[in-house]
Amino acid sequence: MYKKIITGAVATAVAVATFVSTAHAEDTLYIPALSYRTGAFAGGGTPFANGFMDYLAMLNARDGGIGGVKIVNEECETAYNAQKGVECYEATKGNGALVYNPLSTGITLQLIPKAPVDEIPVLSMGYGLSAAGIGEKFPWTFTYPTSYWSQMSSILKYIDSNGGLKGQKIGFIYLDVGYGREPIPLLEKLAPQLGFEVAMFPVAGKEMQAQSAQWLNVRKERPDWMIMWGWGSMNPTAIKEAAKIRYPMDRFIGNWWSSAHADLVPVGEAGKGYVGANFSGIGTDFQALQDVIKYVIEPGNTRTDPSKVGDVLYNRGLYNAVIVAEAVETAQKMTGKSAISGADMRLGLENFNLDATRLAELGLAGFAGDLKGDCVDHEGGGPVFMQQWDGENWVKITDPIAPMSDVVRPLLEAAADAYVADKPEWKTQTCN
Amino acid sequence: MGSFIYSVLGDPFVQMLQMPDFLMQVVWEGFVSGILYALIALGFVLIFKASGIFNFAQGIMVVFSGLTLVGLHELGVPAFLALFITLGVMYVLAFSVERLVLRNLVNQPDIILFMATIGLTNILIGLGQWIFGGETKSMITEQLWLPTGSSVWEPGGGLVIFQHIDIAAAVIAALLIICLALFFSKTKVGRALRAVADDHQASLSVGISLNHIWVITWFAAGIVALVAGIMWGARSDVSFSLQIIALKALPVLVLGGFTSVPGAIVGGLIIGIGEKLFEIYWGPLFGSGIEGWFAYVIALIFLLFRPQGLFGEKIIERV
Amino acid sequence: MFYRESGQFKSSYKEDMQAFPIREDKIGIAVWLLLAYLYVPFFGLPGLEYGFALNAIMIPVLIFTITTIGLNILVGYTGQISLGTAAFMGVGAYSCYKLTSYFPDVNIIILIFSSGFFAAAVGALFGLPSLRIKGFYLVVATLAAQFFLEWCFIRIGWLYNFNPSGAIEVPQREAFGFIVTGAAAEPVTRYLVVLTILIFLTIIAGNLVRGRIGRSWMMIRDMDIAAELIGVRPLTTKLSAFAVSSYYCGVSGALMVFMWLGAAEVESFDVNHSFLYLFMVILGGLGSITGSYMGAAFIWTFPLVLKEIGKVFEINPTVMENVSLVAIGVMIVFILIKEPHGLARLWQLGKQKLRIWPFPH
Repeated sequence: MYKKIITGAVATAVAVATFVSTAHAEDTLYIPALSYRTGAFAGGGTPFANGFMDYLAMLNARDGGIGGVKIVNEECETAYNAQKGVECYEATKGNGALVYNPLSTGITLQLIPKAPVDEIPVLSMGYGLSAAGIGEKFPWTFTYPTSYWSQMSSILKYIDSNGGLKGQKIGFIYLDVGYGREPIPLLEKLAPQLGFEVAMFPVAGKEMQAQSAQWLNVRKERPDWMIMWGWGSMNPTAIKEAAKIRYPMDRFIGNWWSSAHADLVPVGEAGKGYVGANFSGIGTDFQALQDVIKYVIEPGNTRTDPSKVGDVLYNRGLYNAVIVAEAVETAQKMTGKSAISGADMRLGLENFNLDATRLAELGLAGFAGDLKGDCVDHEGGGPVFMQQWDGENWVKITDPIAPMSDVVRPLLEAAADAYVADKPEWKTQTCN
Repeated sequence: MGSFIYSVLGDPFVQMLQMPDFLMQVVWEGFVSGILYALIALGFVLIFKASGIFNFAQGIMVVFSGLTLVGLHELGVPAFLALFITLGVMYVLAFSVERLVLRNLVNQPDIILFMATIGLTNILIGLGQWIFGGETKSMITEQLWLPTGSSVWEPGGGLVIFQHIDIAAAVIAALLIICLALFFSKTKVGRALRAVADDHQASLSVGISLNHIWVITWFAAGIVALVAGIMWGARSDVSFSLQIIALKALPVLVLGGFTSVPGAIVGGLIIGIGEKLFEIYWGPLFGSGIEGWFAYVIALIFLLFRPQGLFGEKIIERV
Repeated sequence: MFYRESGQFKSSYKEDMQAFPIREDKIGIAVWLLLAYLYVPFFGLPGLEYGFALNAIMIPVLIFTITTIGLNILVGYTGQISLGTAAFMGVGAYSCYKLTSYFPDVNIIILIFSSGFFAAAVGALFGLPSLRIKGFYLVVATLAAQFFLEWCFIRIGWLYNFNPSGAIEVPQREAFGFIVTGAAAEPVTRYLVVLTILIFLTIIAGNLVRGRIGRSWMMIRDMDIAAELIGVRPLTTKLSAFAVSSYYCGVSGALMVFMWLGAAEVESFDVNHSFLYLFMVILGGLGSITGSYMGAAFIWTFPLVLKEIGKVFEINPTVMENVSLVAIGVMIVFILIKEPHGLARLWQLGKQKLRIWPFPH
């Protein structure tokens, strides 16, 4: 009996060891996807991962990869857990990973110091450390197309254009972890400048489905506007509670992680009027998405539920893949190599140009605002637009709103300086 | 210093008097969440009484049953048939827990059994995610003929909003408790259950099958979990993060006593209402968001001064 | 055949009670140490990529072993259950972070050892209820510690120097002329530091549990009233168990953030991690130091092995993640039923068989 167990264990160990040691073939573009389809935030992680992977799979099926080189897209499950994130990073980086998209602020924070050492850039698309938008201080980290602070300033601008900010009371309800707390310094800084008042309503991570206390407080404080930085099952719960206390929905604004189909479909009609920020297109009326459907969804080479293609988070994951693919292509052109390295990828990320014509070429006309890679500006300063829930679907209601870069940029620079201060060997770069 | 004392002892009460309708709303919200805590705690008490096992998996049973119900409905099973099948699944769960776990752990120290239920928690999380996926699911409230609207009561110009689902939760919880009480006192099986709770050996010697009783109690706890899952799911949604909230039944148990059904209910209501009042009126002093630990710290204080809880039996081991 | 104690005679009580009375055991330990100090730093683990072997397997396993030894002291040796392990690790991590910002020039290893004392103090404080209650009631008390401390880690901005991300980011620090923390630190440096600290702490723990304090812990575990009757004071015994256990957890928490993760927010110390560490103790073996090594190594590497198996058979990683959850749960239940003393007991049985080999009895 024991003998059998031991023989079995040894055999498995040998099999695993031989498998691990087989190196990846040359001439592929290895792009790991640190995703989470389990754990408390699986509801957000799953559609994002689907969009990201399906687009890369479509490029493989339609164009044979990028620049004639196949993309190897390996998924590693992190369960939104920082320890598993590190493990996934270590397991995949040796295969020649080009870029990491951790989709978790916690994991991003761990990867930022590792990126320059291992020379693999980190693209934390619209999440992670806001200060990483300063390219001179963070050569290896990118937050394209925009950061939390810029986004908050765009939302404030939207409020300003809908009846003015001055003298208003803004309620800020947030997931009480690093991610949700990120924009607080900006709010505190801008409140006296622009003459509004802020009321904070933190929601503890494990209490995110029991928010009646927070919304009772909202009723007590009577803010004129509510802004939400939520994620996962916190979002539908919050919107339901808001509907319960009869908070006017068109004065409730979610950030881009709080305004997806996964958040509003469970709420349905009760969420009508809810406003959300977004930076990627909605729906499947784009040639590239039709290609995804044709080459990936219909043949069944995917884990996506076909009815969810074109949802907000799906499209955002897809947009993330678009930026990655574009950077790869740029890097290939700049270096003349077809199989690029992490360092080449960094160049690509600093030099790509996703303007309207290029987007149209990709079959994504009007999918997102112009985005140009830059050495100084790793944030992209991409404007966000507002969308509104009509009870069944999201409808775009504004043109892109530019962030208050004049206010945000100095704050970002100060934060970047503070980050670098206690790291004597931190590698910075000078542009031009 | 004076202002601090005022903000602790004066200001909250002034606020309560100024807005009595709001106070009523706070108490009502606390009452409803208290009922849900009590329901989860009830599941713990049932199992603890019958088998002396502290079933840590009760929280995940709430999620698992809710998820099964919604998941089946998503597959196209009609709502009430899905409810019925879910009950069947909970029975199978109870049966296999007894057969595969409890039977093999008879006479082991309590702590071993407790750790086994933590293992069981892991199994149910994995299975639930595996079968139904990890995404948040919305409860099939309307399909189960549960009410969804709300009513408004305006006492003297104030505003108190009652969600119909909350009222339904209170009524259903009350009915469930009455049914359980009747079951315990009027039926043969119920009396056998109470006998087992009282003395394992004596009940064995009069011919009661312990194994059979365990299956029944675990099944009863499963039904309670399903009701709690439906109610909580209807208030927010069904997702795995509910499991940690369900742990709040533990301080409720400390307050009410591990073996007392009325204790679970009273304890649930005290914790539910108490934490809401404290969060709203005193929370700002601590920077708010104290709901996560308030109940536990109250329980901790209770443990130091009255370890048997409000209604518990006094046989607690003093150390 | 090779493992036999015949012919090894002990002529004094001291010799008889030494840690490794059998010569073969001494050789075995020496071989392990040689492998750990001379093989792994140069070659990693056989068949695995060097960086992966160190960063994703050896360093975390060694760190979690410290946690497991600490928790084992409480659960296995003293019989007090705790679900607040992750929070006590957090206390160690955050106090180490504060210490590094107050004393930037002090050797980081001294700071890591000191941060354990903060965790010990907090642990003893939350251990106070154990004087009146035990069993499940203590579960509630330790959960109170877990949730209250989690709240502190996020709400008290001073703890993370008011960083807008709410996270602690490890600064670069040196010890004995080597960079040991921060991204610039070589994996092998961090590995050697963690390994040395682990061995040091293992020796301390091994001697504690063999000595008077350890025996009084076990007396309290086996029968508290009898222990009290023969003069073991529950107050000092239980609180010392909580303090020592939390000290180990605190040091491992500091190591986890400083030597492994590099940055951490409160999520790294949440209650699910507490369960994970408890699993390591149960699977490895309650009341066994060797078991702590095995439990930590097994629980950490098992999902990794499953992931690789999943890749071979092209099963998607989500399924494998769920399979590993289920499998670990099943193993916990199975181990509790079949062998409550865990892997350590299996190891012992194996040795026993070797001693009398080739005879079966």
